[in-house]
Amino acid sequence: MSKRTIIPFGPQHPVLPEPIHLDLIVEDEKVVEAVPSIGFIHRGLEKLVDKRDFLDYVFVAERICGICSFTHGMSYCIAVEEVMNLPVPERALALRTFWAEIGRIHSHLLWLGLMADAFGFESLFMHTWRLREKVLDIYEETTGGRVIFNVCKPGGIRRDVTDEKMRDYAKVLNDLEPEIREINNVFMNDKTVHHRMCGVGVLSAADALKLGCVGPVLRATGVAQDMRHLNYAWYSQVNWKPATRTAGDCQARCEVRIDEIYQAIDIVRQIAGKMPAGEIACKVPGTPNGEYFVRTEQPRGEAVYYIKANGARNLVRFRIRTPTFANIPALVKALQGCDLADVPVLALTIDPCISCTER
Amino acid sequence: MSFFGMTKILLTSLFRRPATRLYPFEVRAPYPATRGSIGITVEKCILCGICMKKCPAMAIQVDKPSRRWAIDRLRCVACNYCVDVCPTKCLTMKPEYAAPTVTRDTEPFTIPPPAPKPAAG
Amino acid sequence: MRENQTTETVTPADLVGKVREFADANWRLVQICVTRLPEGFELNYTFDKEYAFRNLRLSIPVEVPVLPSVSGVYWNAFLYENEMHDLFGITFEGLVLDFKGTLYKTAKPFAFNEIPVACAAKSAPANPAAPAAG
Ligand code: SF4
Ligand code: SF4
Repeated sequence: MSKRTIIPFGPQHPVLPEPIHLDLIVEDEKVVEAVPSIGFIHRGLEKLVDKRDFLDYVFVAERICGICSFTHGMSYCIAVEEVMNLPVPERALALRTFWAEIGRIHSHLLWLGLMADAFGFESLFMHTWRLREKVLDIYEETTGGRVIFNVCKPGGIRRDVTDEKMRDYAKVLNDLEPEIREINNVFMNDKTVHHRMCGVGVLSAADALKLGCVGPVLRATGVAQDMRHLNYAWYSQVNWKPATRTAGDCQARCEVRIDEIYQAIDIVRQIAGKMPAGEIACKVPGTPNGEYFVRTEQPRGEAVYYIKANGARNLVRFRIRTPTFANIPALVKALQGCDLADVPVLALTIDPCISCTER
Repeated sequence: MSFFGMTKILLTSLFRRPATRLYPFEVRAPYPATRGSIGITVEKCILCGICMKKCPAMAIQVDKPSRRWAIDRLRCVACNYCVDVCPTKCLTMKPEYAAPTVTRDTEPFTIPPPAPKPAAG
Repeated sequence: MRENQTTETVTPADLVGKVREFADANWRLVQICVTRLPEGFELNYTFDKEYAFRNLRLSIPVEVPVLPSVSGVYWNAFLYENEMHDLFGITFEGLVLDFKGTLYKTAKPFAFNEIPVACAAKSAPANPAAPAAG
């Protein structure tokens, strides 16, 4: 006769330095139920639109997250542009796509490192992050920042990158690719890694859709849904298709992200090969009036931005649904029935970014 | 299934130069585009206060009567917005970061009065 | 590229039935959000199916902010509904997992339940604190 025990997980946990708390109800070594709680650091950034002009708010929007910061800033700008119907120059769109994909590479490398750390493979963690530094350097050289970039503004971008430089960066990534492949080989083929990730936290495609999963968690179950298909920015001009796996377990999620790294490198290569010439920003006349939902694909999955404006300098409402927020229910369901020792690995495979969830 | 992929990486890194720098002794030169800290050319400032109004971090204080322009370096998020909006282009973004500090205070600059117009009538 | 977004208006009484139709047709619940307007709350329930985008909208008065919960249909709605309760003070009846106001520990209860500055500025254009237009 087994007894139920409640084990608290987080908000400070060695593998997950992010403020999410899970009450794990365990029976022997099995988790029977998990109750999530977030909200430890809720910042109320959505309400800040009351204090900021809509043009200045982009600086706040970008600071929602320190990893997908570029996509946050870009998506806010897209939302304003769609409401105001601005003709954003093509060069700006191409560069936005470039930065967004660089962000995907750096985010996935960061995640792979954390994953290695979670199952105790320290040297793999260090090597993954060594490669990530080169990607951050590209960011610093083009935007001036390594974490927060401040290059998007409604109507376009604030800094240009020359065509030669773009080709240089494509080359840097080309040179980086074999090194990334070497590291990823370990994730794909190493027995110790498989031991921790194969068959852990399996989600079926039907469940994933019902639970509202997004991003790599959804694609790992075989659903090829990627919001880049909505052709925001310049995604209509490059060739790519969503990376998918069918197993739905931790290993599948890991492999989807690995595939996306190569794909992002390829997209950067394509952009560098055909940079459109022209302006990088257009004028923003007047104020927005209307509403729009923007959906963009962040490294962690679909993020939804809702803007409602009535012609004043401040927006009426700005709302973000971050990908982690959508993936928490799936995490809770996947935790039911797993081993207590697998909880950290499983929690990490949804790539939780609680800080952006607590916008 | 392989155990040796990682072994190869580890062995090569044993004989490679370290991937990191010995920081205080070896400092990487900043990229020209790096957003480090804000500098001001005091002669050109007209104390219009636009930078103060636009700064998203409220890091700048402009006081016209005392001809004082001050910046709180710990508040500044190096977003470059003040540089973009300044009408006389007297602000610059320097690639060097501000020096570390243990006290939280603003760095004041005194704006010299405008040079009297030659041939004033 | 602008997405084709359709919005239908529903009444609070039809809400759960409508949402169940979406669930039965395998739509994915994208998000639920609420906007505080001077005249009341406006809620958006957003659904997606193979990139198609549909939105259900309903308005409720500020005085009786009570709605039936859809978390019995879409289990993941519990997070959105708890969020709306904690930030706006809307009560959802029949929540499967009710945090009772502890999901977001805000210093001020129902912190977002204020008329947005943009609406206030509109209704009182002479207000000197309103940001200058143009
Ligand atoms: S720095 Fe520029 S914007 Fe600021 S007060 Fe001086 S002139 Fe005006
Ligand atoms: S760089 Fe940005 S945060 Fe810093 S003083 Fe200028 S406007 Fe303010």
